[in-house]
Amino acid sequence: MIEKSPHDLAREAEFVAFRAGGLEFCINIMSVREIRGWTPATAIPRAPSYIRGVINLRGVVLPIVDLGVRLGLPGTEPTARHVIIVAQVGERAAGLLVDSVSDILSVEDTSIQATPDVASNLARTFVRGVIAMDGRMISVITLDNVLPAMELEAA
Amino acid sequence: MDPMAEIRLTFFQECEEQLTALENGLLGMQEGSADSELVNAVFRAVHSIKGGAGAFKLNTLVSFAHVFETALDKVRSGSIVPDADAMKLFLRAADALSDLVSASRDGAVLDTAPYAAIEEEFDALLGGAGGAAEDDDFQSLDFQPVTTAFSGEDAAPEATTAPARSSFLIRFRPLRELFAKANDPLALFRELTRLGRLQAQCDIKNLPFLDTMEPEDSYLSWELRLESDCDIAAVKEVFDFVDGDCDLSIEVGLPAQPAVMAAAPEASGPPPRIVQDGQADVAVPPPSVAPLPAPAEAEAAAQPKASARTAVQPTIRVDLDRVDRLINLVGELVINQAMLTQRVLHSSHVRDREVTSSLEELERLTREIQESVMAIRAQPVRPLFQRMSRIVREVADATGKDVRLRTEGEATEVDKTVVELLADPLTHMIRNAVDHGLETPEQRIAAGKAPEGTVRLAAAHRSGRVIIEVSDDGAGINRPRVLQKAIANGLVPPDSQLNDSEIDNLLFLPGFSTAQSISNISGRGVGMDVVKRSIQALGGRISIASSPGQGSTFTLSLPLTLAVLDGIVVTVDEQTFVIPLTAIVETVKHEQSRIHHVGEHSFVLRVRDVLVPLIDVGAELGVRPPANQVRSGVAILIETANGSRSALLVDNIQDQRQVVIKSLETNYKRVDGIAAATILGDGRVAMILDVDALVGLRHHDWSSTEIPFAKAS
Repeated sequence: MIEKSPHDLAREAEFVAFRAGGLEFCINIMSVREIRGWTPATAIPRAPSYIRGVINLRGVVLPIVDLGVRLGLPGTEPTARHVIIVAQVGERAAGLLVDSVSDILSVEDTSIQATPDVASNLARTFVRGVIAMDGRMISVITLDNVLPAMELEAA
Repeated sequence: MDPMAEIRLTFFQECEEQLTALENGLLGMQEGSADSELVNAVFRAVHSIKGGAGAFKLNTLVSFAHVFETALDKVRSGSIVPDADAMKLFLRAADALSDLVSASRDGAVLDTAPYAAIEEEFDALLGGAGGAAEDDDFQSLDFQPVTTAFSGEDAAPEATTAPARSSFLIRFRPLRELFAKANDPLALFRELTRLGRLQAQCDIKNLPFLDTMEPEDSYLSWELRLESDCDIAAVKEVFDFVDGDCDLSIEVGLPAQPAVMAAAPEASGPPPRIVQDGQADVAVPPPSVAPLPAPAEAEAAAQPKASARTAVQPTIRVDLDRVDRLINLVGELVINQAMLTQRVLHSSHVRDREVTSSLEELERLTREIQESVMAIRAQPVRPLFQRMSRIVREVADATGKDVRLRTEGEATEVDKTVVELLADPLTHMIRNAVDHGLETPEQRIAAGKAPEGTVRLAAAHRSGRVIIEVSDDGAGINRPRVLQKAIANGLVPPDSQLNDSEIDNLLFLPGFSTAQSISNISGRGVGMDVVKRSIQALGGRISIASSPGQGSTFTLSLPLTLAVLDGIVVTVDEQTFVIPLTAIVETVKHEQSRIHHVGEHSFVLRVRDVLVPLIDVGAELGVRPPANQVRSGVAILIETANGSRSALLVDNIQDQRQVVIKSLETNYKRVDGIAAATILGDGRVAMILDVDALVGLRHHDWSSTEIPFAKAS
């Protein structure tokens, strides 16, 4: 690490890597509040398909987003082995239902590549870049649009 | 925060309290209560504000408070009789003082003109009451020095010829608390000299030797003889500020009879003992003037305030965040306790009697803690009502109407948030009541009523809810005009046949009040849709009763708290929902013969010969597809805020219980048909139905835009 300039250090960030819908993704560790096992959620009426419902997180009503479905990938029936990543999304908190959490990556900004052009529209909304590492392809995603907008959706 | 700013903050907080006490007292006086205690309370409030303001060099505030205080002092001494006009001036001065305090707090630039105008009116009032207005400012205490003799020496007798009416024997022994509160007996004696001629004698027999003397203790007592033409109440007033901090007995006796110091100051019963004394007589009294009072009377006089004043409970100021945190934690505790109970009882191993009874005890305790914690947030509606009295005065002035506000049940306690969120709708309703509800004095006289209109504001607890009524004795709602207006605005079809209550409810329609000519209507409608919306946002309901020529009454029914709600737990397609109990009228027997198919996916249920729409909750919420066959289940008859009835079809009813309201919006968003979420005993989240919105969803009428419960964490 000695050869790194402070400039490089400032650009290094940590990411939590996980699998959802059969692919690998990661999010900035600063937005992750906790990681917990799957518990059955209560459905919300008229919610979009990617909203699994809400769970009770120590007295807080927390919406659960099936991240695979949200990203346009096939969804899975959650089991006890599935994982919920509790993340901060702007002012709100949300639980992200994923298949499994793999590891924590320390990544320099420079090693994040731009999203390839082939990506679908949906992917472009969420994928900020791609990390190629040890033969893995990990998409860096942003959570900004993961929850439905606060305003009432047009009827 | 720097210490000075903190003290300043405390001062302004206390100002709020003093202003409340001031307005309270003035309103009491206006009601005709001639209690000198009330006048004193008013005086003290202004005096305290002046004192504090002086410390912060808030000169405008000090000088205005001073003029106000001077006038009040005249009332106190009886040289001004507070008639209706004077009371109006006092109330306006109180409003002005409140504005001044706010302006001083915010450091706003003051327009002094209105205050100067009120000061002038005070001057006129004082001038009219005899110009010999004494200035009782701190710096200019006007008194005759009195020798507080330590050896039986008395004040130099004055060669006055005016005979005093009566004489008071005052035994006064300050306790150490009196000194601890920075009061000084000397100041009290000076005050007494303003009432008449005073002789003071100090008793030093309790004074210990220097080596055993506790410097902060009180050892002295005084026997004071006062000759004055004032009554005993005026004498008692002098000791107002030290009430409770001294042993005090006041006896009315024959004037200037030499009296010896009683050995025990607490001897309250007997009339003054007449014994010889070495002192020089002052003025020889006419022998027949003052008869000896009966012992009982003397005793009553000896304990001047003990019974008259209600004991002030000690209070502390607590940061609201701390209280809310506590409430949240207790909410968690309640849920956890319920989960624990359910788990223990459902696990097959434990069927121990002792465990069961311990769990019950735990539940009882948890409930009690929850109730006590909720009570911390409960506040009387009094301050809210007091704000309304100002609104009434302002609107009455603006409209040239003569209005009296009567308030009832000010001590009724409601959750702080409810009180706060009630201010705006209530202001609106009070304004409407004065502006549109009441007639002008001329119209009232023509209708054979008293020229002064009355607006009544009452609060009461009724079956777990708070009922607030705003009523006026005005002309009542002009229904033909309201209907005409609604038709003109296209709110109802021109050929509508509406009954009285339906017409009254038109006032709550948005769009009813948009017309500019509303103020000409003798009915109401200014922004009532907004009022209704905010009341519903609080989980409350509003209703109207009106009779022509006699006035209208608006009744608000509100929950005591926003944190919990009573509801019934129902199942719909294996999902659990909660229906608020307040909306439920009854559960109805669900028989095929009572159900009529009236169109695609539409059914009505006959309830005692009345047909109500039958709403399949599951289909309405999109939990399951709508069916053309009626499902089996239970029908729950509900009433929406606008009084219409519907039946909700659910699969079955599980339970009736109190649930903690949790916001769905904090982390998600608003959902149509859902008021909020809650956490049930098994730790799972359940949705609380918004019945008004559910019914509205079907009809797509205006009520579908309602906002459900206010955010609760």
